[in-house]
Amino acid sequence: MNPQGFSGSTTSSERHPAIPHLDVDPFAIDFFDNPYPDQARLREAAPVVYLDKWRVFGVARYAEVHAVLNDPLTFCSSRGVGLSDFAKEKPWRPPSLILEADPPAHTRTRAVLSKVLSPAVMKRIRDRFAAAAEAKIDELLQRRTFDAIADLAEGYPLSVFPDAMGLRQEGREHLLPYAGVVFNAFGPPNELRQTAIERSAPHQAYVAEQCQRHNLAPGGFGACVHAFTDTGEITAEEAPLLVRSLLSAGLDTTVNSIGAAIYCLARFPEELARLRRDPTLARNSFEEAVRFESPVQTFFRTTTREVEISGYHLGEGEKVLMFLGAANRDPRRWEEPDRYDITRKTSGHVGFGSGVHMCAGQLVARLEGEVVLAALARKIETIEITGPVTRRYNNTLRGLEHLPVTIKPV
Amino acid sequence: MTAITFIHPDGRRESCDAGAAATVMLAATSHGVAGILAECGGNAMCVTCHVYVERGWLDRLPAMTSDEDALLDGAAAERLPNSRLSCQIRMTPELDGLELRLPDRQT
Repeated sequence: MNPQGFSGSTTSSERHPAIPHLDVDPFAIDFFDNPYPDQARLREAAPVVYLDKWRVFGVARYAEVHAVLNDPLTFCSSRGVGLSDFAKEKPWRPPSLILEADPPAHTRTRAVLSKVLSPAVMKRIRDRFAAAAEAKIDELLQRRTFDAIADLAEGYPLSVFPDAMGLRQEGREHLLPYAGVVFNAFGPPNELRQTAIERSAPHQAYVAEQCQRHNLAPGGFGACVHAFTDTGEITAEEAPLLVRSLLSAGLDTTVNSIGAAIYCLARFPEELARLRRDPTLARNSFEEAVRFESPVQTFFRTTTREVEISGYHLGEGEKVLMFLGAANRDPRRWEEPDRYDITRKTSGHVGFGSGVHMCAGQLVARLEGEVVLAALARKIETIEITGPVTRRYNNTLRGLEHLPVTIKPV
Repeated sequence: MTAITFIHPDGRRESCDAGAAATVMLAATSHGVAGILAECGGNAMCVTCHVYVERGWLDRLPAMTSDEDALLDGAAAERLPNSRLSCQIRMTPELDGLELRLPDRQT
């Protein structure tokens, strides 16, 4: 299917509309502080825009973002899903075998991760994850006042995910910093990216070692990936790199998604009240928070040929920045997009991406989000923000550094 | 008009016109049929658009892929011989009158 009618262009460029140039820097601190006015500018300017600051094309409307995501051969990932073009620049780390690969090579590695993180596997881990969520909320109810980022949004995933992976106890403190580097590195060569990479050596060393088969406990996701070397679906050299993908993308993302959900419920108490009346809305409350905050804000693709997007012409080898967060608030697709509505029909949002590269760990994320919000819905009456809310800056991830709250038990 | 009827667990029948929808799942979500969640948006990843195909229709649907087969093992409701993922059933005019029973839960 090719709903946007992308086609190789043989016509002269004069026949194509001019692509508006914007001076927006979507990787600047003041953009992170309040991205919505600039995201609206990007969305309203045209279906395709050009960002002079980083010399890239951008798409910020839902239809174009969805279409680019779903044409992986024209808009490839193998030249990097950050600003850096792997055809021109050496990647800062060995490329991912899944995120930074195209079909058909991608198809084989993706199939392995899909099996490791399948719906059937989620059924097996569900009770364990739910019990840990209950325990976490009970612990926080004893304290009443805490930081919802460190103590809940980070605390809960850290209490389940490293064990589910089968990681050693030692060195887990490297996990969040490593993920921070990975997601900063998708951005342009700004201070965030440069500083992150300069400080990345110890985190990279930990991850490289932790991904080895002998360091992964039997039964965990990591060992399950390695087990596919025995059936020949992946090689022994590929397995550690696939485990690395789970460590890169499996923790910080859920931290920011759960943080987003708590931040939403704290800011919109009427939605928390609805959730308390019907705790079965927990899963959709989480999903809507992923749409509303879009913890993963952006990814790049690179054109493999001349192409038209909604009539606008792009040459080969061009970086295209997809604004997932802007697409998730595009009024062309969503009614009242700036409203957090826990009963919204969220199907189709691009917070987890779409198409062949859609988040391989989305089922783990939803499980974590659901069980945390369900426990919260049953045990907590109110969440009050009781201190200064501060933002954590990252080139790709949107989330908070601190969210001081006081909770009241039911 | 290509009519699809969804039969809810309580026996209530809900019919809709698939219109230009490419799949049964998209027809259901565009009409707001409760019971089809489609959390992954049709990417064959989540098994939250599970349906039971009514008698007489199963053989008229395109065969399921091994991916769909594996995913259905993780369905929240019981997997039956007539279980399918509605995102994997492409709409064609021949499916006019299709009847699908909804499971009691998707998650």
